[in-house]
Amino acid sequence: MSDFTPLPRSPSPDRRGFLKKVVASAAIATSAGCRQALEEFMKKSLREMSRAEVKDVLQKHEAEYKAKFGREVEVFATPAREGVLFGYGLDLSRCNGNRKCVTACVKENNQSRGSDDAPHNNPIQWIRVLEMEKDKGISFEHANPYYNPKEVPEEGKFYLPVQCQQCENPPCVKVCPVGATWAERDGIVVIDYDWCIGCRCCMSACPYGARSFNWAEPNLPSDQVNPNTHVLGNRPRPRGVVEKCTFCIQRTRAGRYPACLEACPTGARKFGNLLDPNSEIRRLLEEKRVFVLKEELNTRPKFFYFYG
Amino acid sequence: MRFDRAFLRFTAGSAKLVARGSSYYYGWIGLLAIFIVLGAVAYARQVDEGLIVTALRDPVSWGFYIGNFTFLVGVAAAAVVLVIPAYIYHWKPIKELVILGELLAVAVLAMCMLFVLVDVGRPDRLTHILPLLGSLNVPSSLLAWDVLVLNIYFLLNLGVVTYLLVSLFRGRSPNPYIFMPLVMFSIPMAVTIHSVTAFVYNGLPGRPFWNASLLAPKFLASAFCSGPAIMLILLQILRKTANLDIKMEAIWKIAELMAYAMFLNLFFLVAEVFKEVYSDTHHLQHMRYLFFGLEGKTALVGWAWTSVAASVAAFFLFLIPATRKNLVTLNVGCVLIFIGVYIEKSIGLVVPGFTPSVLGEIYEYDPTMNEFLVGLGIFGVGALLFTLMSRVAINVANGTFRLTQEAPRADVDVPA
Ligand code: SF4
Repeated sequence: MSDFTPLPRSPSPDRRGFLKKVVASAAIATSAGCRQALEEFMKKSLREMSRAEVKDVLQKHEAEYKAKFGREVEVFATPAREGVLFGYGLDLSRCNGNRKCVTACVKENNQSRGSDDAPHNNPIQWIRVLEMEKDKGISFEHANPYYNPKEVPEEGKFYLPVQCQQCENPPCVKVCPVGATWAERDGIVVIDYDWCIGCRCCMSACPYGARSFNWAEPNLPSDQVNPNTHVLGNRPRPRGVVEKCTFCIQRTRAGRYPACLEACPTGARKFGNLLDPNSEIRRLLEEKRVFVLKEELNTRPKFFYFYG
Repeated sequence: MRFDRAFLRFTAGSAKLVARGSSYYYGWIGLLAIFIVLGAVAYARQVDEGLIVTALRDPVSWGFYIGNFTFLVGVAAAAVVLVIPAYIYHWKPIKELVILGELLAVAVLAMCMLFVLVDVGRPDRLTHILPLLGSLNVPSSLLAWDVLVLNIYFLLNLGVVTYLLVSLFRGRSPNPYIFMPLVMFSIPMAVTIHSVTAFVYNGLPGRPFWNASLLAPKFLASAFCSGPAIMLILLQILRKTANLDIKMEAIWKIAELMAYAMFLNLFFLVAEVFKEVYSDTHHLQHMRYLFFGLEGKTALVGWAWTSVAASVAAFFLFLIPATRKNLVTLNVGCVLIFIGVYIEKSIGLVVPGFTPSVLGEIYEYDPTMNEFLVGLGIFGVGALLFTLMSRVAINVANGTFRLTQEAPRADVDVPA
């Protein structure tokens, strides 16, 4: 597993680096007008950057958001902590389908609110709660993500929230043609929004429908921006790139719980460090019989479901 | 004269050559220009507003663009493979066949690249995906491999065909020790580009409709129908208008080979249908959506059956010698094959793979006008490229465009 932050730069300039230099000097010679194009061209993915370069990027984004939203937005690049591997547990017998987690997630993670004047521009949601029928068990074929009764839970139904499963063997990472998405050492699968080309291979590869695409300019009203952001997580995204749940990387790397967990009124959600034998999630794995979704695909999720 | 100078003269002469022509020629170019402008305007709108102007959404995240890309990779692959029967059966105009096949491959590959370009959300970052310049994620990403092999194949064909044409233009016969190994190399490469494109879909275990080992063989079988179908029509046009000496036997033989390829393609389809229907797992949903619709959503049903009907009809037209040798039924067969394979490999391949989605959602994808116009523009670009290149090629091949002449004769009557 590779990480973007503490990664040492490769000491010898590779061929690509050389090529870029050649082209760069040629371009500088031609005109200063192509500075911006050149900058785009010279960019590296976050994973390849030195600490100093990452810092530059953070500042650049902070300035960009300040101009865009008219308020301070902090962008951190908090690295993974040693000895941490995050895992999530979800108690299906407690979940009653109230979708408070969805609302909290949207707020916390600066997802696009969609657009009222363009109803086809759907809001982005990283958590989808599926309504299923009790007599059919877990069957995606009979799932309904658009349930809308007066009151939940409904007779004969149960609810299954799905979000990024943070797989140990993530099919989405494998297929990305430019290496714009990867698993960090703490197990969180992240996306470099500045490197993603928006080809959507990862969306085809994900068996959990966890990835969303910014089909239009994201609609994030200034007064609703969460100003505490991580560069690989909830910072406001540009159009044309993919995004998904990061276990609230901006919170969990700072020792807090994910927003969905805190918002859940039924206590169905559990979270913790899989490497810490005393953590809540480890106790859960010890005491409950857990299962993962689509286990036959060998994605090895770190998102465990159980009946409490 | 040295090769590089001859090449300059060749370029200048070609520019003059393609600028002149009959009124039919101008009409055709004008029509293509309209397509291209319409496409460019539609694409400008897409760049301005984002991919939201397409009907694509999260549940069906690839559609018309990537479907066309997939179909066209097959055409590009098959155009060159025709060289094999040409050699085996000693067809006379093999040089012309090689040149035309490679020109078609070049034009079609340009279209493939454009279809990828219009599909990505960040065309401004396309350098990230270029070999050497970007960070191509090999060996793990199949799309990265696809970019790599498509680029190699493109350069290979462009190189060979340029070499052949410039040599003939200089009045020399091309050195077979130079171009034959390259042509031979381009044959396995043709198989490679189409297999790797199939693997892009094939390697996604979360999408059972594509995750079947028959996918790559089926891709090749159908490509060996659709590619030659286009070549057959082109050959007939050129035979009439450019006095290209193409024997009817060669054309019939190609049609016969297409019948075998179509048989394989249909057989693979039957094998797939059997496996899914008899097993009756939830994987069957995708096929059911394609052929019968699900929950009243039936956008693909008409297309799917049209495709099957066209393919079966074409199979019989090409199998029976009498209809194969009759020019009318032969051409009807070509058109039917084109329709059948086009539907099967574009919309019919991509959309059912996503429907129902991995979480069981049925989103009915129906391409927007904007998508069609962008596609039309790209087809316009491809047709324009092929027209201009083949105009030069034909004049070179029949000797009217030669280095010794100051300028190409203005009265050459070449087809549009
Ligand atoms: S959409 Fe972005 S992250 Fe996903 S595969 Fe394409 S480049 Fe990679």
